[in-house]
Order: sequence, then C-alpha cells, then structure tokens
Amino acid sequence: MSAATTTTSARPRHLLDFTEWSPERLNAILDNADTMLQVLDRPVKKVPALQGMTVCTAFFESSTRTRTSFELAARRMSADVMTFAAGASSASKGESLRDTVEVLTQYKVDAYIVRHHAAGAAHLVARYSGKPVINAGDGRRAHPTQALLDAYTIRQEFGSLEGKTVAILGDVRHSRVARSNAELLPKLGAKVVLCGPATLLPAELGTLPGVTLTSDPQAAVRGAHAVMALRLQQERMGGGFLGSLQEYADTYQVNEGLMQEAESGAIVLHPGPMNRDVEISHEAADGPRSRILKQVENGQAIRMSVLYHLLVGRE
Amino acid sequence: MTITITNIKRIGSDQTESVTIENGTIKGWNLPAEGETIDGQGGTVAPAFTELHAHLREPGQTEKEDLSSGLAAAAAGGYGTVVSMPNTSPVVDDPAIVRSLIQKAQGLGFARLRPAAALTRGQQGEALAELTYLKEAGAAMFTDDGRTNENARTLRLGLETAASLGMVVSVHAEDASLRADGVMNEGAVSEALGLPGNPAAAEAARVARDIEIVAGLHAQGRPARLHIQHLSTARALDLVREAKKRGLSVTCEVCPHHLTLTDEALRSFDAIYKVAPPLRTQADAEHLLEGLRDGSVDCLATDHAPHTRAEKERDLLEAPSGIAYIELAFPLMYTRFGESLGLERIIELMTTAPARVMGWPEPSLEAGAPADLVVLDLETERTVEPATFRSKAKFTPWAGESLKGWPLLTVVDGKVAYRRV
Ligand SMILES: [Zn+2]
Repeated sequence: MSAATTTTSARPRHLLDFTEWSPERLNAILDNADTMLQVLDRPVKKVPALQGMTVCTAFFESSTRTRTSFELAARRMSADVMTFAAGASSASKGESLRDTVEVLTQYKVDAYIVRHHAAGAAHLVARYSGKPVINAGDGRRAHPTQALLDAYTIRQEFGSLEGKTVAILGDVRHSRVARSNAELLPKLGAKVVLCGPATLLPAELGTLPGVTLTSDPQAAVRGAHAVMALRLQQERMGGGFLGSLQEYADTYQVNEGLMQEAESGAIVLHPGPMNRDVEISHEAADGPRSRILKQVENGQAIRMSVLYHLLVGRE
Repeated sequence: MTITITNIKRIGSDQTESVTIENGTIKGWNLPAEGETIDGQGGTVAPAFTELHAHLREPGQTEKEDLSSGLAAAAAGGYGTVVSMPNTSPVVDDPAIVRSLIQKAQGLGFARLRPAAALTRGQQGEALAELTYLKEAGAAMFTDDGRTNENARTLRLGLETAASLGMVVSVHAEDASLRADGVMNEGAVSEALGLPGNPAAAEAARVARDIEIVAGLHAQGRPARLHIQHLSTARALDLVREAKKRGLSVTCEVCPHHLTLTDEALRSFDAIYKVAPPLRTQADAEHLLEGLRDGSVDCLATDHAPHTRAEKERDLLEAPSGIAYIELAFPLMYTRFGESLGLERIIELMTTAPARVMGWPEPSLEAGAPADLVVLDLETERTVEPATFRSKAKFTPWAGESLKGWPLLTVVDGKVAYRRV
C-alpha cells in the first residue's frame, strides 16, 4: 500500500497512526495548533484555508463527540462537510468496505475522516480512496488525533514533553487511545507507563520503545507529570477480565489519594466519556489538576491543524 | 480409451520415456505409441496429488466455488483426488447429499471427488450423524471442520464409531474459548496492530485433549484414527510427535500457507491473510518445516477455502477466514522448499502420504496401477496470475510471484483432466 512505501522524511499523506511520522512533523502539528487556538478565540471563528474542499466523515462506528469535533474543525477551516454514518449496516448488507469507499469517492471528496470498529479499516480506506485519510479511531489500533491532543495538553502545561512521564491507567488491552499515546509520546521525548490489571495489559506492549508496564498503580503514578484514566467498558466484565467493578475501582481508580504519588504539578487526563467513580473519582475529574475539558478544546485545534497539514501545507 | 504420453521422465530418473494408458490403468512404459499421443515436453511424471482438505462450497455457497470450478482448479494444480469438507449449506450430514455430490463430480471430468461427511448432525457437535450410512454412501472420512468439536464426549463417541467402521475422524483442533474473538496469531504483531489475538495455546490445548481421548480408546483396544487438520503451531506438533511415540493413530497435515507466510503479513491489514488457524510466527513455520522433513508431519493439505472478493475486502474483523490456492500448491512448495525438502519428499507429502493417512492404496506409476498422474514442468518460471485461475477465488497472496513446478498435464482415471501441453 502507498502508506508503507513512503519514507519517514517525506510528508505523510495520511494520519493513520504515527509509524511514518517524524518528531519534526509531529511538533509542526502541535506548533500549528497554537495558531488554531487563537482562531477559536476570535469573534469570527473561521479561516478560509480549506475553502472549496469537501471533507467526509465516514463513521462506521458511532461517536458523536469525535465526529462533532472533526466536523467543527473542518467547518472552521471553511471546508464543506459530508457526513456518512454507515454503522454496521452496509457490512451487514454484504457490501465490502472497498465498495463503500468507491461509492464515496464519486462524491469528489478531498479527505476522509474514518472511524471503524475494526483495526486497520482506516488503512483500507486509504488504499481504496486515493485521498488523505485521518484515522478517527479504528478498533483497538489507533486514535492518533486523541493522542496528539493529549500530547498538546501536556505540552501546554509543561512547555515540552522531553523528560516527562505519562501514566496511563485502565483497560489498556482494548484501548486505541493507550496504543496511540504509547506510540506518540516517546517520539516526543516522554516516557509512558501503562498500568492496569494483568488481564487488560498485554505483555507485548512493554517491548515498545519508551514504554513500561506495571500492574501496580502507585508505582505507575510515582513521578508522573500526567496521569490518564482510560474508560473502563462495563461489558469487559462479561469477558472475565475483571473480578468486579468495585474491585477494579478500589485498585486502579485515579483519585486524590493516588495523585499524591505523582509529581506536585501533575495533571489528570481522560479521553472521555467518563464513568465517574469507576476509573476516575468525581474529585479528580473536577479538581484543579483536571485538564479534561481543556482536552476537548485542544482537540478541535489539533484537528484543524492536522487537516491543514494534510490538505494545504503540502510542499 | 488409450493415451500415450511421450517425452517424460519418471520422478527420480533422468531417462526420457513414454507411458501408455488404457481403460483407466497404466498399461506400461515405453510401449509402441497407441491412441492419442501427448508430448510431455520433457516434464517429470508423478502420481497425481491427493488433497485431503478442500472447501468446494457445494451445496449452497456456489458464489464462492462449486464442484466444477473447484475440481477443475484441483486438476490444474495436479490433483487427481480431492476430499471436500462438509461445512456447506446444507451440511453434508445426509447420505443422499454424499451420493449426489459423487455422482455430479463424476460427470465433470476433472479431479475425483471423495466427500468428507459431518461427524455430527448439522456439525452442531452434539449428536452423531449416521456414520454407518454416510460411509456406505461413499463418505471418505468424518469431520466437523469449520467447527471445533467443543463437546469432548461426542468426539469420543464419534472416534469409537468411526474406528469400528475403519474410518478416520479429522478435526479442526482449536479451543474455541481460548481463541475467543481472536482473528490473528496472538503475539507482538497482534498487539502492535490492536487486533484480537488467537493464542498458540488454543491449538495445543485442543490437540492435547484429543490425543488423550485417542489414548484412552487405544488402551481399551479401540484403535481410533485421529487426523489433525492444518496444524499451525510448534507446540501442537511436539504433542503429535509424542503421540506417535506412544503408538497412537494420530496423524496431522500442514498447509503451505503456514510454511510460507507469518503473522507479519497482517501488517497490511489485508484480509486475504486471514485464515483459521491463523498465520503464526517464523519460529512456528520453521518447526513445521522440520516436521515435514523428519516425518512427524504426515502430509500436506491446502485447506483451499475460497470466498468472494467482496467478502475478503471487508475489514479484518468482518472478513471470513480462508485462502484459496489449490492451483499453485505444488509450484509454491517446490519453488520455496525444493532445495531444503527435496523434490521427492514434497511429492511424497502430496501423494503417498495422504493416501497412507486415509488407509487408501498407495499411488504408483507401475503397469497395472490406476492411471492417475501428473506431468510437472520443473524448469519454467511463470508469474502467478490469479485472473487465470479455474477457481472462482481469483486472488491470492502470491499474485505476481514467479514460481516453477507448474503442472503441464493431469490424468485422472485414464482421462485428461487438465492440460497445458
Ligand atoms: Zn479448519
């Protein structure tokens, strides 16, 4: 596929994951997000950068928040937005992903934002569409704009990611957010500690550069500059991954007590939506360390920056 | 009907000879030419191959494949005999279906069909099918392939019954609860890709269970014959090795795709590489290859499992499992492993070895033997072009690769089933 043959120095055509993205390119996206935040502070929150272009949000799995964030980002850059919400319907009708994408290409779309329940689906859309694709979450594989907005939020706080430690707690196994952060943050100079019950913590992730694993939450959070709680999906209980929600919350919940172990200025992050008092306590979610609402605001700026980078700022 | 094939070499010999075939049997070598004469173009003759594991999709799923396309593809791959899997729609659990499949295949003039029948009704794994009647109807073996025999007691009863009928039971050895939602080998690659993994232990645990069932029956003087399909892991092969040492009738097959591809291929996210059991690691592939060398793997089988292109263009969670490549199994094996395994071992693994697993007469090229043979071009390199496949599944992981060892001519029952010469 085209993605695999691009060299790291070239400007990547898609944002599927971070495999082909150099730290310089990634920092350029973060730098540009500063400008986008300024746009969002103006009375007229719109720039003409993508005028005349059409961006398609192809959501094969529903996610109102992520879609809204992307669509607003595109509109603030003056792009037309086309919404394609397939759910699982076209697959159940027997239509292949390729067929769906080939139909969409007839609408002369300039870029695709793809959310899908299967890992790798965004790669397939990139292969079949021939246009830039932004992965808005594919199965457990990747959610790169979420990781970028996390990185941006941490950088906003500390000026840089160099030498920082980020602890990520929860259902790491099923989390695309954890995987994308584990890929991105070390590229930007940070260390990542993944923490959760052994059943939700695949040993192989510990082989990634700059990533360590532990099932001890105190050890994970010790010395951390940012602590991220992952959404615990209730349905995991049926899979036998956990004894009980209560047991999980007692052990792995991000709360004031656990945050005592972190660096004094440490911040709390959560990709949302939250199960309050399960993976995160009310106090931690709403307290002075929390940057959870800031993440939402930054998310829009990051998505504007990514769209600009892929669609306009090409050499 | 008489045919003489000239300008050929018998496997293991450098001498150019001719063979005359009359009324379905080999009449003799280097006789005066009679009947239709076919120039074998210096090719090497071997007995036609036997495929113990192919999904021909008839009845019910003929958009994927049917008897005609599947058996034509097999003949083009040098196969004379094909055992078809019973996970069709309806399932082959009724003697009437077995009979109708055999009858239909006979008229086609491609490879010979020996349908396997379901071990349990509807392949549901609970109640045994009418094994006695199915055997009478012509079933080659019993298997619930496509399913995984979760109920150990039913499998045990099936092995006992099949043993009394002198029949083989073959199994897709995979513990479904350990496999869970896994779509590829569990390991570093599955975690990097964020795809649910299927652990090697799912296969080994099931192989161990099934071997113990056979051991228990063996101890009671009931020598049940268990054949383990498409073995994919090193550990499961070691368990089979131990079982053989214990004198149990446990055999196994390995598929060329498990020898030539690994889970790394899934990095493309292309569902063409989604198979069950999944592509494993390089270490597993090397261990299996060693098993082919030392005899602990009994035979090769392709698990030819055609699907429509649209089904394979779905994402990795939705797409069905299976690769179809019966037309290039020998060229693939010969090109990749001709030197390490040797031509003669590869041929044995595709001819004598599967016959031994089934307890069928061993194929032979001697006068008087049934005229099932293949002429192979061991020299000419040809590019794999899926568009030319006889199979309805016109796509393959090896498209565009250059392979040698292509069949020139396949004769089944004394009749030409495929020819390129
Ligand atoms: Zn199988």
